[in-house]
Amino acid sequence: MSVPVIRAEGIGKRYQLGQQERYHTLRDSLSRAFTLPFRRGAAAARETSGEGRHGADGFWALRDISFDIHAGDVVGIIGRNGAGKSTLLKVLSRITEPTTGRAELRGRVGSLLEVGTGFHPELTGRENIFLNGAIIGMRRAEIMKTFDAIVEFAEVESFIDTPVKRFSSGMYLRLAFAVAAHLNPEILLVDEVLAVGDASFQKKCLGKMTEVASAGRTVIFVSHNLGVVANLCTRGLLLGGGTVIADCSAQEAINKYITLGSDDGGQTSWSEADAPCTENVRLRAVRVVSKGRVTGEVSIDEPFDVVVDFETLKPGLELSSCLHLTHPISGDILSTVNLPSASLGRDEWHGRPQPKGLFRSRCTFPANFLNEGRFGFNVVFISRAAYIEFWRHDVLHINTYDEGGMRKEWGQGWIGVVRPRMAWRTEFLGDGTAVPDVTAVSAIA
Amino acid sequence: MQSPTQVITIGPSRGLASLNLRDVVAYRELLYFLVWRDVKVRYKQTAVGAAWAVLQPVTTMIVFSVFFGRLAKVPSDGVPYPVFAFAAMVPWQLFAFSLTESSNSLVSNQNLITKVYFPRLVIPMASVLAGLVDFGISFVVLLGLMVLFGITPTVSIVFLPVFVLLAVTTALAVGLWLSALNVKYRDVRYTIPFLIQLWMFATPVAYPSSIVPEAWRPLYGLNPMAGVVEAFRWALLGTAAAPGPMLAVSTAVVVVMLLGGLFYFRRMETTFADTV
Repeated sequence: MSVPVIRAEGIGKRYQLGQQERYHTLRDSLSRAFTLPFRRGAAAARETSGEGRHGADGFWALRDISFDIHAGDVVGIIGRNGAGKSTLLKVLSRITEPTTGRAELRGRVGSLLEVGTGFHPELTGRENIFLNGAIIGMRRAEIMKTFDAIVEFAEVESFIDTPVKRFSSGMYLRLAFAVAAHLNPEILLVDEVLAVGDASFQKKCLGKMTEVASAGRTVIFVSHNLGVVANLCTRGLLLGGGTVIADCSAQEAINKYITLGSDDGGQTSWSEADAPCTENVRLRAVRVVSKGRVTGEVSIDEPFDVVVDFETLKPGLELSSCLHLTHPISGDILSTVNLPSASLGRDEWHGRPQPKGLFRSRCTFPANFLNEGRFGFNVVFISRAAYIEFWRHDVLHINTYDEGGMRKEWGQGWIGVVRPRMAWRTEFLGDGTAVPDVTAVSAIA
Repeated sequence: MQSPTQVITIGPSRGLASLNLRDVVAYRELLYFLVWRDVKVRYKQTAVGAAWAVLQPVTTMIVFSVFFGRLAKVPSDGVPYPVFAFAAMVPWQLFAFSLTESSNSLVSNQNLITKVYFPRLVIPMASVLAGLVDFGISFVVLLGLMVLFGITPTVSIVFLPVFVLLAVTTALAVGLWLSALNVKYRDVRYTIPFLIQLWMFATPVAYPSSIVPEAWRPLYGLNPMAGVVEAFRWALLGTAAAPGPMLAVSTAVVVVMLLGGLFYFRRMETTFADTV
């Protein structure tokens, strides 16, 4: 066997507690020194996951990761939020340094942790292609050679000399992805860049990814979308708690991931210090309530509520909660947003500025709607019905189970992600000599 | 893939970081594009555009001429005070601007730092180099002013690029320290305007260094900008003798600061993405 293109040996990454805080001032550092004893207590108290990733010496985002990847492998890295997927990608792309271990990469490495890194709103499309290309590691000659292909792929020919701040968000994303798609390294590290654009553009992007993968290049791909991983990848690396749980074929890794089951117990909550936030809003908890209790196991015959606790950090915001329901294989199932024209009934906070404080939004999913399986939720907050203020993937998972309410007759597999009860009507049309018009039938009904 | 493949080794860094400037050379195209972006974007959506590069030094020069030149009768080495002040103002602005920009550069480019790998040194270097464009514009104004006052530059003008290089290197040397500190301590951002103001009064911009006793002048060169500013006046206006000893001290100071800055920066850069 040839030398592996990527060899990782015992990679570990430790973050100091509080290192990911947004910034420090000298005063913070001083006050931290004084409060250190108390922080240790708090960290120990937080150590409820049983994984022991928090300790007095910091938080291990990755621990003892080893693997070999050979030329032409297309590897999907999967795992829950916080499993260490993105950290691993950051280490491999040299953005951050591992605390322990070492890795060797043979060949030119290109990493795409987001599309459009370094795009400047004041510069034109043409200028941004060159700038972004240089930032992600393309040579100028290469950019010039592929320039026309990029513009064509992005479908922005007539706007190429317009500042990108005047672009629609769709055009902006298309252009950004187009540059990235024409990066031609021997090793490509990709993080979730496919989660952009409308369905048809996503399809185009996926096509490009398949092309890259089949061209014999080595690709490492982090995704929440298991369907894409199943389609694209030859190998799967399942991470959990910062370690490798499974290193096998993509399909096996996905199966393992799904059967890991819900350990969320129907709720995810954060302390004030840990909670995901923007400068305007902080997500405090997400819970699923069914039959009057918080649970991660929901009967498909029962309705359930998804309850989102969030904190507005400034007065006068108009935030609307939004939920995405996702399925590990099929991807996005639906999104629902608490806006007057998009929800049932009326919410007293529709269109009203909110004071600073804690809010609880509740969304009811009907009974007899989902099929049995595993589902995830993304939480999004939209501000003034115009901007995406906050977006968090996979905050919570539930398993739905079948109590047999719809199985009085049929006992075998039930295809699909949703399983609503639909209206059915059958008519006898006689011996078939005089068939009435099909529209007439519905008129009778 | 028969071409010799480059092997990248990733691991925790130990001990004193190596300078590895070859890395920066490999990324020279990125450096070029970042400079180009900074220059291109700077005066977008401003009414007077690049005139800002001139407005600031010219108004400062006028204020100085009135208060220091006319009212306080500060000596100006036999040169009309406006030219005397402006010849110092031009390199000073280059330094002040480059220092400010480079000190804030890592923080203002954090979207790049957390998403893409490249030698981080490219960022403060680009900010410093972008300052040269403004310098070019105000330098032309300086030449115009000299014509107006009927002053012909001396032959020593050929040394000017060296002094420009010294000014830029000073800005980079200090900028490396401050930008790396700024990643961790945002206090730096608030310190810079204050620092620059103090530094200007410690530099012979509004007054000649000849008011400092001759014996002490090499010591004055510990402030590298004092050397640069005096060298500028000497090369352009032919004031007094060449500030040789002062310049030598300045150069030595800059080299030491630059080396220190480079090592410090290299040591800190491994954690930029985690702390910025």
